Formats: sequence, structure tokens, C-alpha cells
Amino acid sequence: MKMSFSTKAFAMLLSAGLVAGCSSTGENMEEGAYGSDVAAIDQDGGSTVYGGADGSGVSASELTDDERRAAQEQAEQEALRDITTFYFDFDTSEIKPDARDVLVAHARYLADNPRQQVRLEGHADERGTKEYNLALGERRANAVQRFLIVNGASRGQIETVSYGEEKPAVRGSTESAWAQNRRVELVFQ
Amino acid sequence: MFMKSRSRCSGSFLKTPVIACLVLFLTASLSARAELLIRITEGAGSAIPIAVVPFAESGSMPAGDKVGSIVQADLTMSGEFRPLEPSKMLSLPSERSEVYFRDWRMLGQRYVLVGQLTRNGDRIQARYELFDVNQEKRILGETAAVPASNLRSLGHHISDRVYEAITGAPGVFSTKLAYITVSGEGEQTRYRLQVSDVDGKRSKVRLESREPILSPAWSPDGKKLAYVSFETGKPVIFVHELATGERQKVADFPGLNSAPAWSADGRSLLMTLSRDGNAEIYRMDLASRNLTRLTDHWAIDTEAAWDHADRGIYFTSDRSGGPQLYHMERPGAEPRRITFGSRYNARPRPSPTGDYVYYVHQRDSAFHIARTNLETGEETVITRTGSDESPSVAPNGRLLIYATRQNGEGVLTVVSADGGAAYSLPASEGEVREPAWGPVTR
Repeated sequence: MKMSFSTKAFAMLLSAGLVAGCSSTGENMEEGAYGSDVAAIDQDGGSTVYGGADGSGVSASELTDDERRAAQEQAEQEALRDITTFYFDFDTSEIKPDARDVLVAHARYLADNPRQQVRLEGHADERGTKEYNLALGERRANAVQRFLIVNGASRGQIETVSYGEEKPAVRGSTESAWAQNRRVELVFQ
Repeated sequence: MFMKSRSRCSGSFLKTPVIACLVLFLTASLSARAELLIRITEGAGSAIPIAVVPFAESGSMPAGDKVGSIVQADLTMSGEFRPLEPSKMLSLPSERSEVYFRDWRMLGQRYVLVGQLTRNGDRIQARYELFDVNQEKRILGETAAVPASNLRSLGHHISDRVYEAITGAPGVFSTKLAYITVSGEGEQTRYRLQVSDVDGKRSKVRLESREPILSPAWSPDGKKLAYVSFETGKPVIFVHELATGERQKVADFPGLNSAPAWSADGRSLLMTLSRDGNAEIYRMDLASRNLTRLTDHWAIDTEAAWDHADRGIYFTSDRSGGPQLYHMERPGAEPRRITFGSRYNARPRPSPTGDYVYYVHQRDSAFHIARTNLETGEETVITRTGSDESPSVAPNGRLLIYATRQNGEGVLTVVSADGGAAYSLPASEGEVREPAWGPVTR
């Protein structure tokens, strides 16, 4: 995905604002409350930051401090987005606190790239019944979908599918295999 | 060794709701590559002693298992009978005048089955008689005929008649099983929907796909299977006519399309759809495709089955915080929770007589099949294995098949409804799962 520097800067500064927003809201907040908080930051933070980054230093040979910081944050965001699998506890569809920064980075990426599509594949471990697990996998995918939308992605970019327990990432009947199989995978298309 | 597919895959075909043939190979019949083997693991102590005397034969008989040994294997498999080994028999009578009751009493037998087979052109006719040894009385005497290529059907038919004459309950040896086998890994993974006799013999692949196939469910006349297939990349419900191989895509809504279950009249399917936001239970009239929504809750509602009276439904819901069973007395009524014994109870399957409901039950960290007596509410865990899934009750209510794991491989296990006797059906290759016991068809 190619982007102009100014768009990148916009994206990274925006995400920097969002990440700051997240850490200040704390980890044990409800998903909904957390989401609306972030959405508010998105609304009033976006255009201001953009104005600052636009126009000036794109052709200059020396990066300003702001630009250096922005580039660093950009790299951090990209590193975050390397993570595309999110794990869940048994029989739950709650997004774990440590997944939130990464999902916010994905949401921002989707917001900045409106033509980017993503498929959310929900999975369950082998325990329990197949049909219930199919519904559980869907609920996990839906939870991630809601989180991405609240954080800036649009509904039209996201498709969800549940495989239930049919496509384990790891074979075997151990706690460790089960933990790796209870997941949602983001597949960018 | 593929035989010719009998489903049609022409271009115009795809324009109709009747769908087939995208990423999968439909097969009306396929090799016995994934044949199930039978392994009797346990017999009940109370099994009834019966002598199944090898049948006398006149005329040439096809190679393969003898009718007598098929009947003997069937009765053993039920767990309710303990057939005498033919080598221990003092005589091999084939009609009443040759039966010496004293000899059979001495051998501790309660019943004796004798018979004769006659070749008649392309057909084979059996005459058979069943005697009560203590009463010295004939309790069954019949004839039956089949094409010569169909001796197994004749054996299963005789087993059904003997079983019913002695126990009073219909036999299920002529019924079929549907199940899913999985073989290969990664790109090579193949899912196959198969149908076989209840002893795992004569299996045929009905559908083969690279993507998962789930939840096979028999129509009440035994002519169709409904199931969920991921062949289009998401769960979609199909109805598959077994005789022709013709398939219809009946539910392909956004989100889940899963857990099909037939009504007793075969005209509608219960199913789980998430088209309105989350997993809810609907009833689809198959002729009109009209949907009636039966549940309305933010929780997962799925795995519906009609109750024995065909008036209300059992289903799984996690509205209490974890999956539990509920009964809705009639569509629209307030669901009543019926399981409380542990934090995970799912996939209800009521017995045909309505006295029990069977389901998957978590106890400690293991999953078993349990049943609840619907009159008393008493719950009993009936399986001793630990990763048990997909219970399916035989049409006579006396046997139950479920999927479990043995030595790391998926197998199907049949147990008596109280959990006593058992036999298992491991796949000769790969895994076998999701058994569905077919109806009695006459």
C-alpha cells in the first residue's frame, strides 16, 4: 500500500493521538465506553493535527523533530499491525486489554485506506459442541468488528465469517493448543 | 475410483437456487477408502443368550459374509444379546423338526434362530424361525427375499425382526448412519459426508469438499440429508437428495446458517441464522422458504431439535452466562431452562419416546454425554470417555451414537441408552465425526 508522506504523517499523528487516548482511558473500562472515548478523540483531534503536518517540510532534506517523531510512531504503528491474530478466553468473546492498541492501529489503517477490505475469521477451540462453537466464533468476530468500527473503520470494509472449531491453528488437545485456537484472524484482502 | 457423479453441473443450473459442484466433487458412490471398522469394546452383563444357527443353503450363494454371521454380529453389536459361537453348537438345525430344545437348554440358550436360504434366479429367499427354548415355542416364522447382491440387507432385516420379537422394540439394524470423515492436512484436507449401515459397512461418500461439512440431519423419510457446508467460504445449509445426488441451497443468509433439524412431517427445517444480528432459531417452510423466527435474545440460541411430540423445541442458549438447555413448549412460548448440573450443557437430542433428553455435558474439564429424565429432572452422565460430542439417538430410543476420541483419533461410539454396552466405529483413515442416526424406513 503506497501513501504520500503527508497522508502517512496524518495517519501516524492521528494514531499517536489515539494511542495516547487509549492509555489514559485505562484498561478495565467497558468496551463500549472505551470505544466512544476514542471516537471523540478522533473527531476533534483529526483536522487539527492534519493542519500541522501538511504543507511544510515534505521536500526539505532535514526532518523536523515533529516529523522524526511522526516517522517513529509510524514505524510503531506498522509494527503493531504485524499482529493480526487476537486470542480469547474459553467461552468468551471479550477482547483482551492487550489487544486493544493493536486493534486501534488496524482500525486507523482501515479508516485511512477506505478501499482496504478485511475479513475477520472467528474460531473456537475443539471443546464443546460444534454448532455452539460456530456461534461463538461469530460472536468473537463480531466483537472485533464492533471494536474496529468504533475506532474508525467503516462497516463496508469488514466481512466476518465463523469457522467454529473446524479450522484449528494448532492441532492437539492441550491447554496451549486450545488457547491458540480461540482466536479471530484479520485477513486483509 | 470415482464413479460417475449423478448430479448435473451445467451452466444454467447455477442460475437456479439448486446449486452444486463449485469446489467439490459430488459422488453418488465412492470407494471404501474411508470405511469404518467395527470394534466391540464392551458387552452388557445382562445380555440374552441366543443361538443363531448358520442358515442352510440351496443353490449358489454370493461370496462374502453369510446371513447367519451378519445376524449374529448385529445382535452382538446391540449389546442386548450374547450369541453362541457356532463351533459350540451340538447340531445345526434349519427347521423346527430338527430343533432339540433339551440340547439348547443344556447350552444355556434362551432363544434359537434357524433358517434356510434358497437361490431363485437373481433373488435369494430366506425362511427363518425363532424359538423360545424354555417354552419350546416358535415366536417368529417368516420368509423374506432380496436381490442376490443384497445379502447384508437380508441379514439386517432378520436381525430387526428377531430383535423386535424378543425385546418388543423395533430393531435398528436396517437403518443408516450419516457422518463426516476428515483426512489429510493443510491443502490436502478433505471432508467427506458419508452414509453407511449401522455397523459401518457399505459406506458411500455423498459429498467431498476441501472445506468443512457439518451437522448432517436426516429427513424423516430417510431420503434426504440437510447439512452445513463451507464450500462457498461460509456456512450455508443444503438439502441433499440421496437417490439423485441433487442438492438445494436452502439457507445462505449473511452470517451463520447452521444446525438444521427436520420437522416430523419433513416439510420444514429448524435452523440457526444470524441474519438479524446474532444467532437465533428460525423455522423454514421448505416449499415456500418462508422463515418464522422462534427465539429473540441477545445471547447465542442454537442447536434446536423438535421435542418428541413435535410441538415444542429444545435448544442451547447461553442467556444464563454459559450454554444450557432450554425447552420452548410451543413456538413463541417463554423458554424454560432444563439443565443446571454444570456450567456447560449443549446440543439437546430428545429420545423418541420423550422420556429423556441427551446432550453434551461438561464435568470438571471433560465433556461427556449425559441425559436428563424429563419427568424427574434427574441427570445421569452416560459416557466414560472424555471428549464426547454430537449425540444422536437411534430411532428405537435404545441406542445412542456419539463422536469421541480414542488414542488421539476421532471415532464414533455406540452405547446403549443407559450407557451400558458399547461398540466403536473408527475410520480406517483420518477422523470420523458428527454421526446422525437415520430413521427406520419401511
